[in-house]
Order: sequence, then C-alpha cells, then structure tokens
Amino acid sequence: MADAPLIAARGISKQFAGVEVLSDVDLDLVAGEIHALLGENGAGKSTFAKILAGVHRPTRGTLALNGQPVEVNNPIVAQRLGITLIHQEPISFPDMSVAENLVLGRSDNALLGRVPWAEMEQGAKDLMTQLGVRIDVTKPMRGLSIADQQMVEIARALASDSRLIIMDEPTAPLTPKEVDTLFKIARRLRDEGRTIVFISHRLEEVQALCDRATIFRDGALVDTVEVADVTDEDIIKLMIGRPLRELIHKTGSEIGEVALEVSGLTQPGTFKNISFSVRKGEIVGLAGLVGAGRTDVARAIFGVAPAQSGTISVNGAQVSIAEPSDAIDLGLAFVPEDRAVAGIFKTLSVEHNITATVPGKIAPRGFISRSIEKALTAESVKQLRIRLASVRQPIGELSGGNQQKAILARWLHTDPQILILDEPTRGIDIGVKAEFYDMIGKLAADGRAILLISSELPELLALCDRILVMAEGELTADLVRADATQETIMHAAVPKTGNHAQENAA
Amino acid sequence: MTTRTETVKHTRDSADARPMWQVVLVRPEVMTFALLVGAFIIASNLSPFFSDAQFILESSTYYVEYSIIALVLTLVIISGEIDLSPAAMMALSACVFAALYQAGLPIGLAMIASLATGVLMGLFNGILVVVFKLPSIIVTIGTLTLYRGLAQVLAGDRSIGKFPQWFNGIDYRLILDVPVPVIVFVIISIVLAAILGTTVVGRQIYQVGTSEIASIHAGIRVRRIKLGLFVAMGVASSIGGLLTASRLASVRYDMATGGELQMVLMVMLGGTYIFGGRGSILGTFLASWLLVIIATGMTVANIAITAQLIVMGALLIISIIATNAIYARTQR
Repeated sequence: MADAPLIAARGISKQFAGVEVLSDVDLDLVAGEIHALLGENGAGKSTFAKILAGVHRPTRGTLALNGQPVEVNNPIVAQRLGITLIHQEPISFPDMSVAENLVLGRSDNALLGRVPWAEMEQGAKDLMTQLGVRIDVTKPMRGLSIADQQMVEIARALASDSRLIIMDEPTAPLTPKEVDTLFKIARRLRDEGRTIVFISHRLEEVQALCDRATIFRDGALVDTVEVADVTDEDIIKLMIGRPLRELIHKTGSEIGEVALEVSGLTQPGTFKNISFSVRKGEIVGLAGLVGAGRTDVARAIFGVAPAQSGTISVNGAQVSIAEPSDAIDLGLAFVPEDRAVAGIFKTLSVEHNITATVPGKIAPRGFISRSIEKALTAESVKQLRIRLASVRQPIGELSGGNQQKAILARWLHTDPQILILDEPTRGIDIGVKAEFYDMIGKLAADGRAILLISSELPELLALCDRILVMAEGELTADLVRADATQETIMHAAVPKTGNHAQENAA
Repeated sequence: MTTRTETVKHTRDSADARPMWQVVLVRPEVMTFALLVGAFIIASNLSPFFSDAQFILESSTYYVEYSIIALVLTLVIISGEIDLSPAAMMALSACVFAALYQAGLPIGLAMIASLATGVLMGLFNGILVVVFKLPSIIVTIGTLTLYRGLAQVLAGDRSIGKFPQWFNGIDYRLILDVPVPVIVFVIISIVLAAILGTTVVGRQIYQVGTSEIASIHAGIRVRRIKLGLFVAMGVASSIGGLLTASRLASVRYDMATGGELQMVLMVMLGGTYIFGGRGSILGTFLASWLLVIIATGMTVANIAITAQLIVMGALLIISIIATNAIYARTQR
C-alpha cells in the first residue's frame, strides 16, 4: 500500500464550450477501497468519473495508473487499462443474449473469425457464479430487470478484469433488496483488491458502503474524508458550504388570494399526491434533486403531460387543463427547463419567437399585422433589455441569457397571472442572472403568483417566500422562508433509501 | 472608439445580423428561379415552340393536377410531415365519382361525394399520424397502397367514361387564353401563399415544423393544424382527380400512378426543407413550371423516356443538396 495509488489524478480540469465545469482536481484512489463521489447536481462528480472512464478528455491535468502516467483517450483505452464505467440504465443490445452482451466490445477476435459460442456461454456462466447471481446467460437482455442488467455490466467489468469499477448512481432504479445484493457484490469486489467508485445522492448508502468520500462543489474538489469519521451533517455542509450569493432580497410584495392550487396530483411512477398552493404576489420555490419529479409536476399543471389524477384550481375554481392552450387561457405561463428543445424555435426570427403565444394580438382580423408585431417585439426588447443585432435574426444566434429573455417576453405578452419558471437561470451568466432575479421580484410585486423551480439553493433562498421540496416524486417539505436554510432543504431533498417511489406506485 | 466597443458587445450577446442582400438572395427559391430561366433558354434553343406561351400553357395541363396538390403538400412538408398517398387519393376519389355517376347519381352529387371521399381519406391519414402518433411516411405508404387497392376493387380493370360532354375536356376550356386548370392552379397558389405568409395559421405551420415540442409548450394546437393539413391534402387530391377525369374523359383505378413522386419532386425543387420549418409556395410554384419545361423540352428534343427519368432523379438530388447547403449557411 505504501507504493503508488491505483489512480492518481493531478490537476484535472475540464471545460465545455468555454465554461469550466471541473477545475484542478487532485485525487488518489487506492486499491481495495470503495470511494464515494458526492456533490450537488452539476458539482462535477459525474464529469470527473467520465474523465476516468475515457468518455471525456480532460482539458488539463494528468492521470497515473499505478504510478505510470496514462492517457485515457476513449472508453476502449479505459477498458484495456482496467477501468469500467457502469451506467445507471445500462446500455446494452436488448435482443442479444446475456452471454453475447458480455463479450461485446472485446476485440480479441478476428473480424470474420468463428464465434466460439460454447466457450462464450461457459465463460459467462462462470462469471455469474463468481458474482453469485442467478441469471440465465442464454436469455436475451430484454427480459432482465434493471438490477440484473447492472449485474451483467459488472460481470462484463470482471470479464475484462477491471481494477477500477465506476458506478454512476447505480441504486436509483433499484429496490432495497436489489440494493443489498449490489452492496454485497461491491464489498466482495473490494475484498478482492479492486477499487470501486460509487456515485450517489443517498448519504445513507455512502455511510453503509463506502470507505472514503470525496465531495465536489462548483467543479472543485472540496475535501476527501474517511466516511467513518464524519456524519451526514458534515457531508451536507461540505456539499453546499458556499457562501450565500450577494443577492438583493426582493422587497416583500402584498400576498393575496390563492391563485393556483393543486391537490393530490398523481402520475404513477413519476410523482404522487402533490398538493400545494401559490398565492397572488407570492414566489414559491420548488427544490429537489434532478429526477425528483419537479419538472413533471410543472408539465402536468401546464397540460403538456396532464396528471392521471388530482385536481388543479385557479383563483378558487377547479379547472381542467388538457393541453397548454387551456392553461394559457386560464392565465398560466410556463418557461420550460430545456430551452433549446421546448423553448425556442431556433431557426425562426426573434420576432416570431416572441409573438408565438399571442396570435390574437398580432392578427386582430386574422391577418398578421406587421406594425403590431414590430411594436410588441420592440416593447419586449426594451423592457427586458434583450441584446441582439436585429429582431429578424434567428433566435439561435443569441446568447443563452438573451434567448431566455425572449422566452420570458413571449409569456409576458399573454399577461399571465400565474408563472411557472423551470430553472429559468440555468446556463446564464451571473450578470444576466441578477437581471432575472430582479424581474421575477417585480412580477411578484405586480400581484402575480410564481412557482420557481430551481436547483440553485441560494437562488431559492434569496427569492422565495416559501420553498417546497420534492424527493422521489413526493413533496417532502413546505418551508416558510424563515425556516428554510440550505441544510433543511437538502435534508428534505436527499432521498431516503428504502423509500422508493417506484415500488409504492406499482 | 464607441463603435468598437459596441461591436465587441454584439459578438458576445448575439451573432451579427446578415446583410440584406444575403437575406434576399441566398434562398432556395432563387436557385429554382435560376434553373427555370436556364431550362427555358435551353428549351427555346431546342425548339421554337418554347417562345410561344400558348404552347407552354397547353403542355402544362398534363402536370397541373400534380402541381395543385404539390402546393398543399408544401404546407404538409413545412409542418414536418409528409403525405405520399395523394396520387392514390386522386384515383380513389375519381373512381368514387365515376362509379356513382354510372350508378345513376346526378353528376353534381357524384362530384360532392368525390370531395367527401377526399376529406375522409385525408382524415384517416391525419388520425393515424396525429392520434396514434405514427410516422407519416409509413402511414401514407400504407394508405397509398390501401386507397389504390380500394380504387381497383371499386372500378375493376375497366375504364369508366361516358361523362356528359360539358364535363369533359376542361383543359381545352380557356379563360383569357389560359386553360381553366392553370387558372385554378394560380388561384390556389395565391390563396395558399397568402395563408402561409400573412395568417396565424401559416405562421404556426412554420413553428410546428421548426419544433413540435416548442410549439406545444407555446400553446399552439399542433394536432389540429396537422389534421387540417392532411384533410386539405385529401380535398386537393380529390380536385386533382376530378380535373384528370375531365381531361381524360375517363377514369381508371391506375390514374396518376407514381404521381406522388412528381409532387415531392416539385416541392423539393422549390426549396422546401425536407425536415420541416422552411419552404415557400413561391418555390413550389416556380418548380412546377420548371418541371413542365424540362419534361416537355425533353420530349420535344426526342430524348427517350428512360433518359428523362435520369434527368428528373438527378434534379431531385441536386435540389436537395442545394437546399440543405443554403439552409446550413443561413442557419449557422
């Protein structure tokens, strides 16, 4: 153990499109340990794991394997070096047998060589025995549960004698019993001297399984700790410990009647029994980890994918929203999370993008009036300070922040009384973010009800009157601003093992 | 100095606007127009007939039924879908018309029944695409076979004719020296261009074709628009079928066989983007005339029918490459 660690990462940095998502990470992984990578969404842990596995190449920095510098340029090289990444939802060829899937990607056979079916099958059986799982290797992958598919991936890692196995949130789709099996196998692999990197949001699992944990925040490595020495509280503090951004708290607006109320909203397998209300002039935050079901709830309310059961009321009257146009007629607006896909019409002009929601306004007598359209667009450009070269240029040519302003402008023309904003400031420069915070505050002060979905806790804490928290499809907290801290939110947002939405929904 | 800082700011927040001459000139319709002029010059050298407008108008009556349908197909393709069944819809609606007339129905009612058949066929296509969320290319390949088969069952192998004299030969009926079907084509071109360019529905057809998901999120009733377009295809096909019946003075189940490819060719030659979101009625209008001149020109020049297919195929491929290149350039 005194000699070189299995993996020594030095100064690993990664940029995507000029944005640094990982900076100067130094980390040693030693043989025979289970090492957790922790952090909020976007903290950089998955990026780091993907660099180890050759999926991404670091912009700067070096990797050494057993003291020897290596370049992991692609997943095939990684595999050859004994590094395997196991995806949450395994990627496989569903119509090929388990045995065939096990030998995929191994290039030791000649292109047109005979396929050694019998040996392949025997080898696969041996691996399954070694893992201690009962999977019929002649069956196609398609019929296997996700847990069993993960086992096949692990078996594949063993087949290529991997020394480092990276598991990216492996337990999220598993039942508690399957998690137990996975843990048993992980421990056995560790005892054989292999190294396992375990990425998870579930702190309980980290405590139960891992030897050491490394915490990432904002693309940097914060600390590496011995799991036995720390508590959940310590880890959460490390995960979110950044100072609250210097943001102006909105001047408290008059909070009025209930504008939007949802009750018992349920979509089996996605979210269940969601009940909350938003009042006029109130900004209600919706926090939670990615995959907690926040966006699905928003889409259900707006009619993009209506919920199976539950009721929605607007201004005290129960309404039925079957498609977005119903929601718009009721005074709702929805700025979606995925701006590039669900927000903008990339190749159409800024003008056509801004007026997309108000056909009645631009074409009062059925025909589009150029002068009205021009005036509406000019008003938006001025009001929201959209920076562009021409309103007739394709919106795809604008920066992300200006695209987002145009999408918000589109909704302001409908004069909405209830706004649902899903990650409105994602991928936006800090300066423009401040403009958005300002605008959101003003919209509430005008008496509009706002539901703000965000993964940025400082943003929610700075803007919201109340913060709802979702975990695994359920509402786990409803905090007034005075009680909300990053710690209380994270506690409610981190899923508790053994409390799966999937199994309850079934 | 001030100008300089402003330029720097622009490049960060947005790309610079394209110069006006590019906006006007770098577009696929310009390519279609250039091809049209080129084809006309070559054809006039091949035969003096081409300097005669009357000759071109007469020749066009063989293609104008397809051209009319291609106009509606343009809207369908801009919306991000495709319909390959129009030629079969022409045949079935014409067979319905002829069979009912022969069974003793007044000719007016038979024509109405033919149009109703068009509506139903379009509705069927539309429902399969919109409600069952199936890809339109597969749906309409299926229904093109189905409708053609129904036409054959209905009409058998014989041709049905003996229509009243006033019904036949609409292509010889002239208004201001222009054959009636060509006038119909021009009027429908103007109406559809106006709808596409100046109404909300037109705007939304482009938006749906650019991004269906973004359209749904903006409250655009995507399903209603697409259903409407498929029904319009049925109606246009039925009109095309009746015009053909009048021109040929008879109806057979194999009317317009292979016509759907000619229609797609016109739309593509007109610069409409196969993946939706871009295109124009003007382009299809110009491409229709281009096709008339090329096809007639080659016939006049005694180019064998087999070689004509090669030219048509090559044109289709060239037009798709050019359209893609132009859109890739302007899209950035």
